[in-house]
Amino acid sequence: MNNFKILMNGIIKENPTFVLLLGMCPTLGTTSSAINGMGMGLATMAVLICSNFLISCIKNIVPDMVRIPAYVVVIASLVTILQMVMQAFVPALYATLGLFIPLIVVNCIILGRAEAFAAKNGPVASIFDGLGIGIGFTLALTLLGGVREFLGTGKLFDIAIMPEEYGMLIFVLAPGAFIALGFLIAIVNKLKKA
Amino acid sequence: MEYILIFITAIFVNNIVLSQFLGICPFLGVSKKVETATGMGAAVAFVLVIATIVTYLVQKFVLEAFGLEYLQTIAFILIIAALVQMVEIILKKVSPALYQALGVFLPLITTNCCILGVAILVANGTYNAQGLEPSLLTGVVFAFATALGFALAMILFAGIREQLSLVNIPKGMEGMAIALVTAGLLAMAFMGFSGVDKGLANLFGI
Repeated sequence: MNNFKILMNGIIKENPTFVLLLGMCPTLGTTSSAINGMGMGLATMAVLICSNFLISCIKNIVPDMVRIPAYVVVIASLVTILQMVMQAFVPALYATLGLFIPLIVVNCIILGRAEAFAAKNGPVASIFDGLGIGIGFTLALTLLGGVREFLGTGKLFDIAIMPEEYGMLIFVLAPGAFIALGFLIAIVNKLKKA
Repeated sequence: MEYILIFITAIFVNNIVLSQFLGICPFLGVSKKVETATGMGAAVAFVLVIATIVTYLVQKFVLEAFGLEYLQTIAFILIIAALVQMVEIILKKVSPALYQALGVFLPLITTNCCILGVAILVANGTYNAQGLEPSLLTGVVFAFATALGFALAMILFAGIREQLSLVNIPKGMEGMAIALVTAGLLAMAFMGFSGVDKGLANLFGI
């Protein structure tokens, strides 16, 4: 499998949100607007690429018995670094995403890719897998955030598209997250069959 | 009175699953039957309370004492993973019946983000303690109430999904899509509780 195929595989065929249905907590919790969704997606992508690379480098050194704890420590260290970097350079986004930044550690996508891909493939292929899955996740989060922001406030990336009075506030609140994602998955299911 | 308020707020007003979006994976994953949902709820309640106590003590007496706050994420995830293993081993010896009942769900809990989430909230004192000083006691009350809220949401949702499996659903909506829309409606129902905490605070005179 060449690297381009691995990349597209992560974006479309194994899209983490719409197809694999992994990492639902940040997907629902941080997509109150398109920009927040995108920020969360990019943060996760950064951790995913680094963790995939490191884990595929150390896969032969780590004994099989303790591999999961070892992977978790690698991921947790990367998340801590990310936390510090975000706090320093994008404090506003860091404040909005809040608790969901440290919770990237327990995002099933990252450990899932480490176990399913990085532990079996070389470092370069693993980077491309992380990039593909990361882009797939970012696109899904941006799409969901965009839909919620547009229906909820009539804006898209903070640019007013329709008058704010037409917005349905429920889509910015908790129930709207579940309902919007439910319908997006239904649309993806329909497209897959067609 | 403050403790009752923390309790009610964490279960109904700020429900961990339906308004905070933590612990969605088990909420969607193991909620096909009421029995499994109850088992998962009980296992989470058990681990969450123990994990909160241990992580709080580690935060106060190890991390903060030695100026190692930046190691919080790494330390907490390792503590939780070790704790889950330990609980599993102890339960197997002490109470085989409970172990049988919780068995399958225990290993899954390590990656349940509501455990790490609540541990971080309590350790940093950033949860709603209703005017009380965040301490170990308020933290434990908060953690226990949160776990009850998780169990309540799980069991309600599992009950609805059992009914859902009996009806005809449009092709594209089958599976996760209809489950998410159902969860949305459930979240909407829980929104009815918003504001209850302020009313009760007035009533109690806090």
